[in-house]
Amino acid sequence: MDKIKSKKTTKKTSQKKTAKDSIPEFVEECIKRQGGLLIPVLQDIQAHYRYLPEPALREVSKKLGIPLRDVYGVATFYRAFALTPRGEHEITVCLGTACHVRGGASIVNTLSTDLGISPGQTTPDGKFTLETVNCLGCCAIGPIVVVDGEYHGEMNSQKARKLIEKLGKEEKNAKAKVSKRA
Amino acid sequence: MPKLKSPKELENLREKILQKRKKDKTLISISSGTCGRASGSLRIVEAFKNAVKGYEDKIELKETGCHGFCSAEPNVIIFPEEIFYRNLKPEDAERIISSLVKGEILYELTYQDNGSKYPRLKEIPFYKDQKRILLSDNPLVDPTSIEDYISLGGYSSLSKALSMEPDAIVEEIKKSGLRGRGGAGFPTGRKWEIVRKQKSDVKYVICNADEGDPGAYMDRSLLEGNPHLVIEGMIIGGYAIGATEGWIYVRDEYPLAVQNVTKAIEDARKLGLLGKNILGSSFSFDIKIARGAGAFVCGEETALIASIEGKRGIPRQRPPYPAQKGLFGKPTNINNVETWGNVTRIIEKGADWYSSIGTEGSKGTKIFSLVGKVKNTGLVEVPMGMSINDLVYKVGGGGSNGKRIKAVQIGGPSGGCIPAELFHLPIDYESLTSAGAIMGSGGMIVMDEDTCMVDVARYFMNFLQDESCGKCVSCREGTQRMYEILTEIAEGRGTEEHLSLLEELGQIVKDASMCGLGQTAPNPVLSTLRYYRHEYEAHIKEKRCPALVCKELIHYYILPEKCVGCLLCLKSCPSGAISGELKKVHVIDESKCIKCGICMDVCPEKVRAVIKYSGKMPDKEAKNG
Repeated sequence: MDKIKSKKTTKKTSQKKTAKDSIPEFVEECIKRQGGLLIPVLQDIQAHYRYLPEPALREVSKKLGIPLRDVYGVATFYRAFALTPRGEHEITVCLGTACHVRGGASIVNTLSTDLGISPGQTTPDGKFTLETVNCLGCCAIGPIVVVDGEYHGEMNSQKARKLIEKLGKEEKNAKAKVSKRA
Repeated sequence: MPKLKSPKELENLREKILQKRKKDKTLISISSGTCGRASGSLRIVEAFKNAVKGYEDKIELKETGCHGFCSAEPNVIIFPEEIFYRNLKPEDAERIISSLVKGEILYELTYQDNGSKYPRLKEIPFYKDQKRILLSDNPLVDPTSIEDYISLGGYSSLSKALSMEPDAIVEEIKKSGLRGRGGAGFPTGRKWEIVRKQKSDVKYVICNADEGDPGAYMDRSLLEGNPHLVIEGMIIGGYAIGATEGWIYVRDEYPLAVQNVTKAIEDARKLGLLGKNILGSSFSFDIKIARGAGAFVCGEETALIASIEGKRGIPRQRPPYPAQKGLFGKPTNINNVETWGNVTRIIEKGADWYSSIGTEGSKGTKIFSLVGKVKNTGLVEVPMGMSINDLVYKVGGGGSNGKRIKAVQIGGPSGGCIPAELFHLPIDYESLTSAGAIMGSGGMIVMDEDTCMVDVARYFMNFLQDESCGKCVSCREGTQRMYEILTEIAEGRGTEEHLSLLEELGQIVKDASMCGLGQTAPNPVLSTLRYYRHEYEAHIKEKRCPALVCKELIHYYILPEKCVGCLLCLKSCPSGAISGELKKVHVIDESKCIKCGICMDVCPEKVRAVIKYSGKMPDKEAKNG
């Protein structure tokens, strides 16, 4: 178990290095790892940059010999891919049926108003991205709000708001700590 | 671990595992699937790990997949007595351990209903009437441990299958009467037979785990909680139809399922249960994983295949069926997660046993995700043929917060709403279809008087017009127009002609679309129109939403005689629509109100000054009541 873990972490750090160096090298790596299958390659790129940068798409097209229009077609067809950079914090509100009948939509409305963005958008300061999802399969404890990968059940507008406020505060505190040290 | 080279070696390994384990150990099984984790189960696990120190020789902890009773999360089951503790907090861990040492039961942590306490799993109404043949092992298996699965008899079905002729396996599945659990209910054995007869050097089997129906999560739970059950079924299926490679296409929204099934495949490979010459036989087979990328339509088999091939997930015309020309142009057999799980059980216990469960046309059990406005929410596995009444009231415990249940929505966006008057219907493929719904993958959403049927229809139509791949005009444009009409109605601009237009359009979308998405897309609208026309009419004629859901038709109002002027709502209002001062009556400015309902949520229980109404303002008595 430990072995697998350490392998993964080294992979990640090496990814970061090459990515910083050059997009082509990173794309090459993804293609090698995924056996040249388009969607997994794009998933790797998305996971790394949190969106699909245009140069990366061009590189994928070139290396896999798939016309750029088809790569673009796939990149825009699936919901998991984004063509613009995502915010530092990703907030996802589940709008599955069960979450919907328990008031998921009004959570989206409140957060939209609070953050001043529509679902799918990122705040101008690049801090928050608001997303909706059609079902996370946690229907029994809906409505669900996911903040940076952490699931929160039995939400309502008020509770969701507090989660976001907390995120904002944590950030401020972190900044304060850094400036104190400096 | 060395590779197993024969069924005998598998048996030896099983013996070894069982011998190694102390039999008299108490087992605490901690439900820790995705929904458990969302309820804080990981903190419970940590607390137990600390609390158990010093008792490790007597008490064993196991982090398992979902136990099914989601509204009782985080929960634990204590074996062998099967004591069920629900809604735990980290501080309960120490008390539970010390009660176990003393041999006591903590009644305050057990399930309670109407003053009665139910300490044992088998007595709890939620579990009592279920028949769990697929979910039964979830609390006993650590999904990351192949040894756990083997200790419970895992992979013995595979051993048995490898000793049979492939044709005999197909026959056995046919005889069992198993029908596809993905929704349409095509007989599994017949599908296998078609693929088996195809002549090709390469054939594929696919496990469809692209569980896209909102409100359904049984596949997630199986794959997450007991991945080897599904993998074993796929290997058996691969052997029966002569395939060499399998694919699991799993939704990207299920990260834990992806993680657990990836580990399970690696472990199976290490033991030689996947790969070349499985258990020393001449059969070689391996499984790959493809992660979906968030497109509902990819649950359709031809779209799913396109997606694995790296294309946009757009369905294509059938025939040729995937059985003839599927993945990479080769004969392909696609079955749903639950179907594959059933295969393992049928080979293990025989077709006769399996077909003794259920009804004439629908055999076996079906897992439903019972969610929405019901008291006991969670995953329930019941024999086919149980009435909706029993499922909702006996297993589900009836409505949550005492409200009257109005309908259940079955079958996701392709399904329909079944009204309470028809709850005597048995759950089988034919009955549900005749009532205007479908079995679907098994989402069952309970709706009560606070659920607006126009809103539900609009919700599904919005979902479908968003997820339509756009290939067929009827589906692409039709679902959009239907959504627009429903929006007009929900926002109070509906006319009576809209209803006949919806019915007409619905029929066209059904008739003229190519794949299942379009063909069933109008179902939620048509079924609610069939049973709840009066709700549509209230929206149109009286501009009133009876369930107080449709935002444009409802109003929030602060009762001046009740308001104590505490400033709570004023401070929480996100749109600044409330004005007032401390200890003076607050007023909502309706032109600014976004109808989020926060004011009503934060108004103290004792005060309850905020009311919600639609149509005419209720008179004084009603307001106070």
